[in-house]
Amino acid sequence: MAATKRSSRAATSAGYHPRTPATGTSHVNVGPAERVVSALAGAALAYAGAQRKSKAGGVALAALGTSLALRGATGVCPVNGLFGRNSATRQPAPIEIKETFTVYRDLSQVYGYWRRFENLPTFMEHLESVEELDERRSHWVARIPGGLGTVAWDSEITRDEPNRLIAYQSLPGSQVDQSGEVRFRQAEGNKGTELQVVLHYRAPLGKLGKGVAKLLNPALAELIRSDIRRFKMMMETGEVPTIEGQPSGRGHDQG
Amino acid sequence: MKALCWVGTNKLSVERIPDPEILNPHDAIVRVGLSSVCGSDLHLLDGYVPTMREGDVIGHEFMGEVVEVGPALKKMKRGDRVVVGSVVACGGCWFCDTGQYSLCDNGNAHAAVAEKALGYPPAGIFGYSHAFGGYSGSHAQYIRVPFAETGSFIIPDGVRDESALFCSDAFPTGFMAADMCGIEPGDIVAVWGAGGVGQMAMQSAYLLGASRVIAIDRFPERLALARQHARAETLNYEEVDVLEALKEMTGGRGPDRCIDAVGMEAHTPGAEHYYDLVKQQLRIETDRPAVLRQAIMACRKGGTLSIVGVYGGLIDKFPMGVAMNKGLTFRMGQMHAQKYIPRLLDYVQAGAVDPAYMLTHRWPLERGPEGYDMFKHKTDKCVRVAFQP
Ligand SMILES: NC(=O)c1ccc[n+]([C@@H]2O[C@H](COP(=O)([O-])OP(=O)(O)OC[C@H]3O[C@@H](n4cnc5c(N)ncnc54)[C@H](O)[C@@H]3O)[C@@H](O)[C@H]2O)c1
Ligand SMILES: [Zn+2]
Ligand SMILES: [Zn+2]
Repeated sequence: MAATKRSSRAATSAGYHPRTPATGTSHVNVGPAERVVSALAGAALAYAGAQRKSKAGGVALAALGTSLALRGATGVCPVNGLFGRNSATRQPAPIEIKETFTVYRDLSQVYGYWRRFENLPTFMEHLESVEELDERRSHWVARIPGGLGTVAWDSEITRDEPNRLIAYQSLPGSQVDQSGEVRFRQAEGNKGTELQVVLHYRAPLGKLGKGVAKLLNPALAELIRSDIRRFKMMMETGEVPTIEGQPSGRGHDQG
Repeated sequence: MKALCWVGTNKLSVERIPDPEILNPHDAIVRVGLSSVCGSDLHLLDGYVPTMREGDVIGHEFMGEVVEVGPALKKMKRGDRVVVGSVVACGGCWFCDTGQYSLCDNGNAHAAVAEKALGYPPAGIFGYSHAFGGYSGSHAQYIRVPFAETGSFIIPDGVRDESALFCSDAFPTGFMAADMCGIEPGDIVAVWGAGGVGQMAMQSAYLLGASRVIAIDRFPERLALARQHARAETLNYEEVDVLEALKEMTGGRGPDRCIDAVGMEAHTPGAEHYYDLVKQQLRIETDRPAVLRQAIMACRKGGTLSIVGVYGGLIDKFPMGVAMNKGLTFRMGQMHAQKYIPRLLDYVQAGAVDPAYMLTHRWPLERGPEGYDMFKHKTDKCVRVAFQP
């Protein structure tokens, strides 16, 4: 119920004020937010494509994934260029990713671990590092999947209510336009702590942008979801289950 | 090492693959002593469980000796003789903490895949497809056991390997089947399927207070074992009308508790079998629920249906109206190995149950494909063949 309210608020932008992201060099026609999103989603699609059994569909997905990843890495989108679109200079609506998990640990433990942003890269695979600059500000470095480099931005905590809520937003002029809101609540019946993470990324504008955003949303959401699941697993067991490196008739498994 | 791999529907092969290594802090490596076939493997073999990949090592019911322990393990040590539950569960989530190990949140290495299929991801199972974690199974010389202190149990001195082996899977499954029945004094329990799981369900029903147990199957040797070892009255469904016979044997009331220890590949004489088989092969229906239908019809008003036979997807012609209007209770699930194993080892040590009689064949791993062929077709009076890798 509360969740529905929050998402409709985000959709109408009442509680969210996107800022103009800084653009890089003049020939970059893919906005930085779109770049990160493209890169992350591209990798996810490429993975999904590679896993697909049906050859044609799989290859198409993988190709789309790779081109999105490249576009994210280079900041150049041949399609945007072709149509004279430049999503780097306009104000797109944010895309929202919302994930909810219950973590079987005390409220203060769950909040405390998350509140130390430097802990996040231990379970968020798409983050390379987070450095806390002072009480409120932090420096984030995210990996562009496929070994295509990293993107970095500075973020500021906008609200911090112990054991209840952490909200943060990238600073004006950052390479990436992103905000996050993490809510904590004691679950009924001693089931631990309910954790809800809402992230906003800037999506590209225009018809093409809408299509791309639709495409990106589920793929990126999946990445974020598995990152948060890893957080739960680390908190509850101290490890993340894996089969990567186990033997099988295929040699050593990749995961 | 040598391992028995799934290479495709009804195709198995013994391969040389690398030895397993510790990958996570709570892992252990176990040298497999005995590793058994299970009815669940037949669903993999027959191609009814998706997300199998060529080269997957199968097998999930096993015992052996610990040869290596991960850095986070505190009690376990090299040389421990252990039986390992077939379910991979973390021991740290709410489900584990409340004894619902097969529903563990963190035991599945492919939780996202399982979540897509089932809405919420269940625990992992050794050698049982990628939707259940993709863990390499026990039909191999060595196996990596994740969350090893949660899943492994020391075999008490004096308990033989072949008696402990079935405490891994068949016995806890049968025991949970009886446990879910909520047996009360005077209850008559009917068990469909006299395989390893059914045999253990029959004995467990008595342990939990049943007055009478009725076994239903078609293989005379399995029914004979049910009479000898599980004090069951038996019905051969190829010789009698099961519903009529059950009514007669229960004073017209029907059995108080009904256990489905058969699952989605049930066999039935007559048209119903072909109806379901055709639908299953066209993938209109994924499971053949003949036993489920029959148990619903047979059960006493207000009785309980306990389902441990595995179902994978959709079923057809499910008599919901009968179930509803007769006020039946349904209980079901993959079994919670870790919850039951300590208690079952006690029963075995005390001599109350000795599951070793189900081990009809002890073979080298090289005969794996042949062993599954025998088990699938129930030839040579096979109840369970265990490999000694
Ligand atoms: N829930 C769990 O955790 C769990 C664990 C282990 C096994 N299982 C499931 O339990 C089931 C039985 O396993 P098993 O190892 O004993 O298998 P099994 O193949 O040895 O035995 C199955 C028996 O069912 C009998 N059967 C088939 N159709 C029947 C019918 N219409 N009426 C009565 N009997 C019928 C067969 O003749 C056979 O004897 C399988 O579905 C297996 O997947 C579940
Ligand atoms: Zn089994
Ligand atoms: Zn668990």
